[in-house]
Amino acid sequence: MDSAEAKTDAVWQAQDTTPAAVEAALRALLTEARARSESYVPARTLNLVCIVNREYSGEVANRLRGVGRFAASRTVVCSVTPGRTTLDATATIALPTQTKAGMHTPLRETVVLELGPQHLNHLETIVDPLVVTDVATVVWSPHDHPDALDALLGLAQVVLFDSVDEPEPADAVARVRGLMERSYVVDLGWLRTTPWRERIAATFDPAKLRPDLRLISNLVVRHHPESAIAGLLLVGWMASRLGWELSPLAHDSAGTRTGRAHTRRQDVALRLQADRTMTVRGLAGLEVETASGRWLRLDRGAGGLRARYRGPRQNEREWTVLGASRGESGILGEGIRQALLRDSTYRPALLKAGELV
Amino acid sequence: MVELLPNPLTEGLERPPVHPTALVIFGGTGDLSRRKLLPALYNLAHDGALPERFYLVGVSRSKLPDAEFRTQAAAAVREFSRREPDPRVLDALFTDARYVSGSFDDETMYPRLSEALDGFDEQAGQRLNRAFYLSTSPAFFPVIVRALGNHGLTERDGAAIRVIIEKPFGTTLAEARALNKTVLGVLDESQVFRIDHYLGKETVQNMLAFRFANGMFEPLWNRNFIANVQITAAEDIGIGTRAGYYDNAGALRDLMQNHMMQLLCLLCMEPPVDFSAHEIRNEKVKVLHAIAPPEPDQTVRAQYAPGIVAGTEVPGYLGESGVREDSNTETFAAIGLRVENWRWAGVPFYLRTGKRLSRKVTEIAVTLRPVPHQAFNREGSVGVQPNQLVFTVQPNEGVTLKLGAKIPGTRMRVRGVNMEFLYGTTFLSQSPEAYEKLIMDAMRGDATLFTRNDEVEAQWRIMDPVVQRWEAEPGLLPQYDAGSGGPAEVEGLLTADDHWRAI
Repeated sequence: MDSAEAKTDAVWQAQDTTPAAVEAALRALLTEARARSESYVPARTLNLVCIVNREYSGEVANRLRGVGRFAASRTVVCSVTPGRTTLDATATIALPTQTKAGMHTPLRETVVLELGPQHLNHLETIVDPLVVTDVATVVWSPHDHPDALDALLGLAQVVLFDSVDEPEPADAVARVRGLMERSYVVDLGWLRTTPWRERIAATFDPAKLRPDLRLISNLVVRHHPESAIAGLLLVGWMASRLGWELSPLAHDSAGTRTGRAHTRRQDVALRLQADRTMTVRGLAGLEVETASGRWLRLDRGAGGLRARYRGPRQNEREWTVLGASRGESGILGEGIRQALLRDSTYRPALLKAGELV
Repeated sequence: MVELLPNPLTEGLERPPVHPTALVIFGGTGDLSRRKLLPALYNLAHDGALPERFYLVGVSRSKLPDAEFRTQAAAAVREFSRREPDPRVLDALFTDARYVSGSFDDETMYPRLSEALDGFDEQAGQRLNRAFYLSTSPAFFPVIVRALGNHGLTERDGAAIRVIIEKPFGTTLAEARALNKTVLGVLDESQVFRIDHYLGKETVQNMLAFRFANGMFEPLWNRNFIANVQITAAEDIGIGTRAGYYDNAGALRDLMQNHMMQLLCLLCMEPPVDFSAHEIRNEKVKVLHAIAPPEPDQTVRAQYAPGIVAGTEVPGYLGESGVREDSNTETFAAIGLRVENWRWAGVPFYLRTGKRLSRKVTEIAVTLRPVPHQAFNREGSVGVQPNQLVFTVQPNEGVTLKLGAKIPGTRMRVRGVNMEFLYGTTFLSQSPEAYEKLIMDAMRGDATLFTRNDEVEAQWRIMDPVVQRWEAEPGLLPQYDAGSGGPAEVEGLLTADDHWRAI
């Protein structure tokens, strides 16, 4: 069972230091840890480089702590303070205090670099010595800093991006398309749609229902007021998988987007609406209707998604699709996990979403 | 037959949809259910991996109302789940669970079970797939299967019926054949999922990836380069409270006949045409067909005597509660086998398993032939040792390659060093419990990690002569100290140049 694990930290700190000194300190900390217990082994899963504004670094640290078992093996946090000219560093290795005889205990390392804006343009020269070679490097810049992100694209294989962070969906699509030309992108906004995509796919999976995929006539997506892009990605996914032709949606002042998708059989009425009662980012619910008289509604609920289904004979049923809420930390953890995988359906969905804005 | 249209929405999903399913656990309040099956179901629910419509029925002898079964099931999850349960998911998982009480040989119980399942179909508005999990004493396997057939519970238009059968699948070749005959008299082989939970372990599945996704090992994977193979399944614990089962089974039946033979198959099989259940199992059966039962001088059995484990005195097997005073059940078994085919002819395979050994480890050690010329031995070092590739199934899941390397210094001295790949340090995800993987595979109808009827019988064909011989030889068995590496007699299995790896 997961439990809060007791740990002590091996810590090294220095002011006005250099990346080489930090790297040497990490090696020394690992050697010391091994001397304490042979069961300590450095984890080597992936490097995560985070670029954050210092004033919000606590919030990011909380999210990183919450990812649990999906933690990167080495995390390098670049904490940016306006006006700072020197490079300070803290290197930490968390040492679980309870080791089991004969069992290996993986160690995770964290480096926090305090730096200034002028370091960002050539951030790769600072970070490169600190990432473990031959392990995938993922970069995440939740507080923007495009120059810093750009500087790191040469050494990172994956960019962690949250399209929901962009105020305008069109900007989000454009930004991801730009990043995709140079790196593999894991979009947290896309991962927010995963349970919903799984449920729609499952609904139409029985053999007798598959023909109805061609008969979808109405799609409504409800989303957090600032998560329109998640709804657009869901529509883009359905359009890319089912061959729908899209055109830009009309957008009213209440945050509702409406339009139509063209298919070979019939048009699909599309409606994306902001749900102002929703407190967490992502999707609030959806409805899919077919010309054959089927209707599926999914909403967030306790213990999973609450599903309502009505068949052609108007027989309505309701049930819970089991699954725990992932929360923002869970989404981030899922993003880190996905960095080591490849999803071929995201890019077509994004391109289709781009046609809606 | 109507052509099945593709579902383009499933592409790219990590968890393809599974048809709505009702799962019936026979022995729903039993130990395996509480410790493994119910926690596995919870973890699948937590991850959103269960079928979209999922219903559970527990069947056991004790009389319980549905509500009490739900309470007990939730308590089992809280006690044994690998993660802290989310109360909302836990509540939702068991909220519709039903309980049917009755003896498994009571024919009046099955109509009540059928009624409960029909009720779920009604509730879901569709015909659910049905999976029957036989987590009971093996004596009830044929009883339950026959009763399912008698009550029309093994066929259903528009829905798949699957039966998952726990181990042991027979305790002799004759029993395994008889059980297969009963099971296949009622069900089609495609409906039968014989559990060997070792096959659900990541490291075991990784053997396939390791062998067939890496070009560097295949050229070495034969009699020309491999000197011997040792498969070890050692436990440091005794029999605990399992005397009733263990004293009738013994080490050979408990681990060697099933789990260890499966490990041997995965290690020795030829590359399958594809990774379908059919092709993989075909290749495994070919390996089993190439193995002759071991001669008497290639078998060793023994019992643990009192000893000291982790600094504490522990009783010997005959002093354990519930064990017969004159029991000659083996707690340690070792055998030497040959796989007589083009690839493996002449390579000794040594298998050993036991309780109350010096530590817990399950591993496969492949020892390569030594280099032809020992150039470094004159330099005052231990010299070049043969390379060894070790797959560790538990506790430190991973793969180790043992190499020779120069000891730092002015002289050319060599000793063995390890190159290690460890699951725990290399992957983010926690390995799911084997039962999570196997339950999902069974509900999905994927039989790759389950043993086929001919596989089970082929395993028994090798081990049954040993079982029969041992049972025909009464008298006390050789003893080994609890906490030791096993009996001294085990050295006699090895050919002149071979050595057991330390446990």
